[in-house]
Amino acid sequence: MMTLKELAEKEDLLTAGHGLCAGCAIFPILKVVLRASQYPMVVSNDTGCLQMTTSHFPRTSWKLNWIHSAYGNSAAIVSGIEAMYRSLKKQGKFPLEKELKFLAIAGDGAANDAGLGPLSGAVERGHHFVYLCLDNQMYASTGGQRSSATPMGAAAPDTPASDALPGKMQARKNIARIMTAHKIPYVAQSAPWIWQDLYKKAERAFETPGPAYLNILSPCPFEWKTPTRKTIELTRLAADTCIWPVYEVKNGTKLTINYKPRQKLPVTRWLQSQPRFKHLEQSENKWIVDKIQEEVDKDWDYLLSAETEPKHRDN
Amino acid sequence: MASIKVLNGNAAVAEAVGQVHPDVVVSNPVAPATPILERIASFIAEGWLDAEIINAESAYSAISACIGASAAGGRVISATASQGLAAMHELLFVASSLRLPIVIAVANRALSAPINIHADHSDAMAQRDCGWIQLFSENSQETYDNIIQAFKIAEHPDVRNPVMVGLDGFITSHEMTNIWLVETGEVTDFVGKCNPAYSLLDSNNPVTVGSLDTPDYYFEHKVNQLQGMENARKVIKEVGKEFGDRFSRYYGYFESYKLEDAEYAIVLMSSAAGAAKEVVDELRSNGEHVGLLKLRVFRPFPHQELKEALSHLEAIAVLDRALIPGSFGGPLFNETRAALYDMEDKNLPLVFPYVYGLGGRDITIDNFRDVFRDIEEKNTEKIEIKTELAFINLRQ
Ligand code: SF4
Ligand SMILES: [Mg+2]
Repeated sequence: MMTLKELAEKEDLLTAGHGLCAGCAIFPILKVVLRASQYPMVVSNDTGCLQMTTSHFPRTSWKLNWIHSAYGNSAAIVSGIEAMYRSLKKQGKFPLEKELKFLAIAGDGAANDAGLGPLSGAVERGHHFVYLCLDNQMYASTGGQRSSATPMGAAAPDTPASDALPGKMQARKNIARIMTAHKIPYVAQSAPWIWQDLYKKAERAFETPGPAYLNILSPCPFEWKTPTRKTIELTRLAADTCIWPVYEVKNGTKLTINYKPRQKLPVTRWLQSQPRFKHLEQSENKWIVDKIQEEVDKDWDYLLSAETEPKHRDN
Repeated sequence: MASIKVLNGNAAVAEAVGQVHPDVVVSNPVAPATPILERIASFIAEGWLDAEIINAESAYSAISACIGASAAGGRVISATASQGLAAMHELLFVASSLRLPIVIAVANRALSAPINIHADHSDAMAQRDCGWIQLFSENSQETYDNIIQAFKIAEHPDVRNPVMVGLDGFITSHEMTNIWLVETGEVTDFVGKCNPAYSLLDSNNPVTVGSLDTPDYYFEHKVNQLQGMENARKVIKEVGKEFGDRFSRYYGYFESYKLEDAEYAIVLMSSAAGAAKEVVDELRSNGEHVGLLKLRVFRPFPHQELKEALSHLEAIAVLDRALIPGSFGGPLFNETRAALYDMEDKNLPLVFPYVYGLGGRDITIDNFRDVFRDIEEKNTEKIEIKTELAFINLRQ
């Protein structure tokens, strides 16, 4: 098991000097994920907070090969890079012994919405790459608008809470399940509070031949209006309420839940921790809270029933 | 040793691509360009073309994959048309801004709606401002020759700019003709090696590609980007000449057909030039001084050379195969007329806009005769000339 000290001693491929907000979860997540490959990697970054705050010309925070081109296409871009790598290797134009890894990084907007087609296409083709979704449950870089990963009941600038409408009325898209249905070699969900799990999953994702998908909860203190010091704690609360289960699926079937809360907390604990759900405290909106609890329970029960490999949680 | 094969334009593209040897081929089927990709895929399946093929799930992903592959430092080709090219729009700007030498064959086809799979130039003309070099081909032979030259132009260190090569959909793309093929070794020698400015695969020299620019730098970067396109003017000429010296078919910005002593001329692009030349010959045998200018290079637009080639004329008909609603004539007309405006001798030829052939509508020998008659009348009657867009072979 990697210790925090050992992790810290590894080289930082994303350096300080970026412009991410204080308390943003993106940076600690990447500190872990970028350390999990033993080979040099190429990053294809979708449009979003990370891309904008780390590549501000003439500076760059990246100490690796990095490309950004548009919103929604990071998986298609990485397809091209990885195919070129294979082509040059097989033609003897690139050293055979030299191994590279490929990482697409996107927000939930890109992964769930505009980039879902390119993501689905890239994993169906079987490119060897890791797709990392930093899920802050909305379009952070454009000001917090709803995405299809925004949970039901959350208020957003384009689904504001009012007397007429109590925030977003649709359920969140379950992208991890969608990726699992692609039967790709590896799909995992994790969060920064359980960093050993995150590290191990990233490591496994890089080592897995073929496509791997990592869905990581990434609180946005700026748009969620939560205290910056609470970022990591919030992700633990998400796991303890089963809002954000920590699990992995190999080859579309072998499911392991990596963290089971000793005592499952009610979703109200999660909802009360963030102003975007404040309006749900009103008694006329209680039905939404009930609905959220019901859906979370259903999803959790599904995971429990679908778990095939509970014993191998430490592998 | 050159050889002759009977091929259509799509097959000619594939043959050229097979000889140029890309490292990555990006495929996404869009009629009428699909057979290009199928034929290249068969080369790869048969094992003699050692390239990777990406079967992209959409045109948007296809151009994205081209960008990724090209930024990874190798040679990349794709083919598309119409809706496919339109769906690539956003990323076409990115490809040229990142100075990636991608080559795309475009089997020029009408744009929806109504959906139509036949020839016109609306697809390419809608992308004329996206920073790509645009070459147009009259027939399969020119298509083949243009594809080979496109790689050399795109990858030239002074250019490093993507190129699209147009061939008229379901006309050139599907018409079987004799084509002179160059021997593969000679193609390899002519095109040379792909020498990228950087590669995302070079982990010893990490690069950040596609930075965020503030108002401090964006303007300079965009103006710097022009350099590749401007340098292409010279390179396109040099490459066309070298191609001719080696393989006896010379290429420039355009082909002047019996223009020197002409009084009246038609300006157009691509496959319609064949019939137009016949009419020029016929009218000339009746003693009329007519000619044709068939433009090959639309971007960079050869304003200076076009002015020199056309300035002595009485009147010019510019035939666009694209309709630009709300514009003052089609794009070829606009560029041609603008090119003539700064003539020193203000004896400007009259320039008239025509639109023809939308959605695959034929343009016939009779139509060309009518166009010549039309501009002659307008010129000799000396009535007050109004620039009015005329449609050729349109049912009223
Ligand atoms: S807006 Fe949110 S996601 Fe974006 S950098 Fe700030 S905290 Fe992070
Ligand atoms: Mg987001």
